[in-house]
Amino acid sequence: MRDIRLLTEMFIPGTLIGQFSNANPGLGGICTFVGEVRSEGGVEALELTHYEPITLPGMHGLADQVFDRFDLMGLLMVHRVGQLRPGEPIVCVSAASKHRRGAIDAVAFCMDHLKSRAWFWKREKRAGEWHWIETRAEDYADLARWDNQ
Amino acid sequence: MTIRIVFLGPLADLAGEQEREVAGPLDWAGLLALVGPEVAEQLQVDRVNVACAGKVLADKTALAATDGDEIALLPPVSGG
Repeated sequence: MRDIRLLTEMFIPGTLIGQFSNANPGLGGICTFVGEVRSEGGVEALELTHYEPITLPGMHGLADQVFDRFDLMGLLMVHRVGQLRPGEPIVCVSAASKHRRGAIDAVAFCMDHLKSRAWFWKREKRAGEWHWIETRAEDYADLARWDNQ
Repeated sequence: MTIRIVFLGPLADLAGEQEREVAGPLDWAGLLALVGPEVAEQLQVDRVNVACAGKVLADKTALAATDGDEIALLPPVSGG
């Protein structure tokens, strides 16, 4: 079961994960990561821009890699675009498999790739002013650790 | 028919517009000449990509857009 989506409105991760679990009968385990907008540093809002012709196809390409690389039954990858407030979920990745290792590694692989390869541009509003954000060096390092495996 | 140029992320701020329509055809030199010196300088940075007709170009300097194509100027991503 494969469910890859961009959402323009707030979502409740538990609802998606419940449906995802039901859609993968016979699974042995599910691993889920939910990322939320941090409220530190006086962030008032976060805005994610995407480019329709490549952002969602890029996420599907990532899902193809994940299914080739890990022993999975299902993958849920949902990402927000538009304006978000601190505390709102921004990304939810969930993997279902017969055995734990495939699911845990698949989620880590997805997140490391989403953080530095996916076609999103992010800016945050602090004290009423918008500031663009670039991928952090740590995010590139997290991605690089998959290269030699 | 025209070519639409879409400016993403901080490039839209730099360009002062989100998109522009121009007459085709358009190659790399033509694009650099059209977008103004500030955006042109950014386009020559390695981590800035160009997409044409929905595909990210492996070699952006080989751009060959024709009428009806959409070109997207893609600054370094921020990650999800």
